[in-house]
Amino acid sequence: MPSLANLLEVFGETLRDVVPIVAILALFQLLVLRRPLPNPKRLVEGFACVLAGLVLFLLGLEYAVFPVGKTMAAQFTAPDFLGVDAAAMQGEAAAGSYFWIYAFAFAIGFSTTIAEPALIAVALKAEELSAGAIRAWGLRIAVAIGVAMGISLGAYRIVIGAPLHYFITAGYLVVVVQTLFAPKLIVPLAYDSGGVTTSTVTVPLVAALGLGLAESIPGRSPLVDGFGLIAFASLFPMMTVMAYAQSSQWRASRNRARANTAGSAPEEDPT
Amino acid sequence: MLAPGSSGDGDAADNVSGLKTLLRMLSGSARDLVPIVVVIAFFQGVVLRQPFPNLASALVGLVCVLLGLALFVRGLELGLFPLGESMAHAFARKGSLGWLLTFSLALGMGTTIAEPALIAIANEAAEVAALAGAIADDEAARDRYALGLRLTVALAVGVAIVIGVFRILSGWPIHLMIAGGYLLVVVTTAFAPKEIIGIAYDSGGVTTSTITVPLVTALGVGLASSIEGRNPVSDGFGLIAFASLTPIIFVLVYGILT
Repeated sequence: MPSLANLLEVFGETLRDVVPIVAILALFQLLVLRRPLPNPKRLVEGFACVLAGLVLFLLGLEYAVFPVGKTMAAQFTAPDFLGVDAAAMQGEAAAGSYFWIYAFAFAIGFSTTIAEPALIAVALKAEELSAGAIRAWGLRIAVAIGVAMGISLGAYRIVIGAPLHYFITAGYLVVVVQTLFAPKLIVPLAYDSGGVTTSTVTVPLVAALGLGLAESIPGRSPLVDGFGLIAFASLFPMMTVMAYAQSSQWRASRNRARANTAGSAPEEDPT
Repeated sequence: MLAPGSSGDGDAADNVSGLKTLLRMLSGSARDLVPIVVVIAFFQGVVLRQPFPNLASALVGLVCVLLGLALFVRGLELGLFPLGESMAHAFARKGSLGWLLTFSLALGMGTTIAEPALIAIANEAAEVAALAGAIADDEAARDRYALGLRLTVALAVGVAIVIGVFRILSGWPIHLMIAGGYLLVVVTTAFAPKEIIGIAYDSGGVTTSTITVPLVTALGVGLASSIEGRNPVSDGFGLIAFASLTPIIFVLVYGILT
């Protein structure tokens, strides 16, 4: 449970974190734009809310989200749970026995992304802009599958201990090739879908999962292997979103071609 | 001026609507958390079938996260977002390039320093680095490391926003710049110590979150809509793409230098 000293320390640090952005906005408003601050009472209220909210949030992360992520990682990798003895858990041969970790990573990634409010808004916007060629639901599912696949594959990388940058570099190459063929409208949206959809709660939970995995799997170091899940979760949605856009474009053009041949055939018949 | 009575009524009405909004925000952040709680409960109950250690502490923490997130977002909507958005529009229209770029740098850095997910990840990274013996295992060294990491990321996001604003003004093609940036990531990775690579790659996804995205998007959209021939949607989003890329390069360089 949080102690008073701990609470005060977090409060002091949070104050230090929030003051810069408030000072920047206030100074630019007063000195450069030379306008009075609009509605100062609401501003102070808002500042107090931000401060209190951030303190509570960080305490909650420390007492709930981080321990839960690490505990789950430890429980999924415990030899007792896997039903094997600890000596057999060395090396790449063991990678297959961690099935439940991959399943859990996939489920967390999919469920948090499909419910992400920022993504819902963006998906509706994209449907509107593309005149229905991109479906909001299709886009949300594409991003969610991307995040889920990313976190799963990231967990697999931690298990086998391969260097992170091999995977990420290969991923970027795929993204670059896809960019050449994807419909132009979708490209900026696809590039952003990764970064935007990993929300404030998902990021710490996924990070804790990775660190917990690297701590509990023999031969892995948290510092070298534990990070990287968020990078995977940001990379894969780019691929799945562009793949989805390509497939819907392909389907649309095939339908059009079919409609054209069907429509023109009777006209040509009499001549 | 309004009569004292009516102004008092206005305040009361304001407070009631404030409370309502807070409740709405609370249900909003509850909706964010439900999928996580359901998935964890399913795997705990059906797959692991083990007692959960420190359940009480985790539940208290969960309530803290729920309340904290709701208050935080409510506070942003009350104060920072309206002010930041009106300023972003004002600077976009003002026409002074120097002030626009200075504001972009300051906005990117200031929002990143306050980003909750980054605070959490930087602290965690410091703890891991201390346990692994990469830095001294005392509180001062950990705080210094976490702060250094966050300042590096903040500088990176500030620079990214400046580049992004410049791109909107000049109309340079975004694909080439992003592809060039990734190439730089690959080259820098070759020289970076392997302890920093994971943290660096993660920092790209972490920075663009609760505070940064709305304020920076406001700047991009304001700018793009005040310049003819720019598309507010794609140009507003373009800024975020840069802000997820530069932190990787900057943190890798930070790792090489320290």
